[in-house]
Amino acid sequence: MKGTAARMGVMKRVSLVFKAKANKALDKMEDPRETLDYSYQRQLELLTKVRRGVADVATSRKRVELQMNQLQQSSNKLEDQARKALGMGREDLARAALERKASAQSQLNDLQVQYAQLQGEEEKLTVASQRLQSKVDAFRTRKETIKATYTAAEAQTRINEAFSGISEEMGDVGMAIQRAEDKTAQMQARAGAIDELMASGALDDAIGGRRDDIQSELDMMAASSDVERELSRLKGEITASAPKQLEGGANGTSQATQGQGQSTQAQGGPYAPPPPAQAQPAGLPASDLPAAEPQDGEGP
Amino acid sequence: MIVRIQGEGQFRIDDAATAELNRLDTELEAAVNHNDEAAFSAALDGLLAQVRAQGSPLPPDTLEPSDLILPHQDSSMDEVRKLLTEDGLIPG
Repeated sequence: MKGTAARMGVMKRVSLVFKAKANKALDKMEDPRETLDYSYQRQLELLTKVRRGVADVATSRKRVELQMNQLQQSSNKLEDQARKALGMGREDLARAALERKASAQSQLNDLQVQYAQLQGEEEKLTVASQRLQSKVDAFRTRKETIKATYTAAEAQTRINEAFSGISEEMGDVGMAIQRAEDKTAQMQARAGAIDELMASGALDDAIGGRRDDIQSELDMMAASSDVERELSRLKGEITASAPKQLEGGANGTSQATQGQGQSTQAQGGPYAPPPPAQAQPAGLPASDLPAAEPQDGEGP
Repeated sequence: MIVRIQGEGQFRIDDAATAELNRLDTELEAAVNHNDEAAFSAALDGLLAQVRAQGSPLPPDTLEPSDLILPHQDSSMDEVRKLLTEDGLIPG
């Protein structure tokens, strides 16, 4: 027997395995006509299962689609950040952003492959579901004819034919559902892992709705360069007005401006440079002013 | 003769075309026995292409059992091995 099987080839052996399954199911029935109704019930159940399978694959595919969009946005954003960082002369930040972009991009490429597979499964299952529907309809017609026309004894051969045809289809569809379920489960696991990765900020915190560290450093740099710009503007104002203060006396306005300049400088934090030397001469007379010219200030 | 490709449906094939199918099938089986992944994919692709090219699809409402059944397009060798045992992949 084993020798025969070996010479039979794969195609024949697979079909024999299918037939053996069908025969086993047939043998369980007392009245062959019962088989028809029982099988029909199972066909309807299978149809429901295939349709649910199609819906599950579609849901999974949509989730992947969503993630692909998020990853794409993240990748675009990281490239933008890298460009800004380079513009500010921060190659280290640009490099960090591009490394994350590469990671997002490789996730994206992976997802694209799996997305295509899911799409393929969805199409196959849809076609399988339509084919099964046609066969189930044909079986129902055949079943009614057999029941109306033949006695139990006569019906046997006809039933066997109809039954083995449909059960082969059912076996095939059942396997297709299993394959789709496996792919969907793999995809779900993968999608879950990517969700976690995105939530952890490893790819980009911003897509999780939070600010990421690259962005906050860029913002901080932009803010500190604003501070620098303000500083030098104020310094310019002060240098322009300082000689007048010394010569013709100061007024309240110049004092107020001076005070703002100092406080801005103090808030500059680590990014603000130490006050330049020439700020001192401008500052000193100002603080001395109330004493030197009390009549002009808000003194007692 | 009727041939099913799993996941694709059934085809009616002229008996004259079966010699080539049998040759490819023998290669497929040898590949499975020798655990030769490359030969396996080549033989399976060849078989499926042959059936699609030579066969005409059966209408979906036919209830005829197939004479031969072929594994689906992206079957692995392992899947095919399991197919060949009765407790293998076929549900029910």
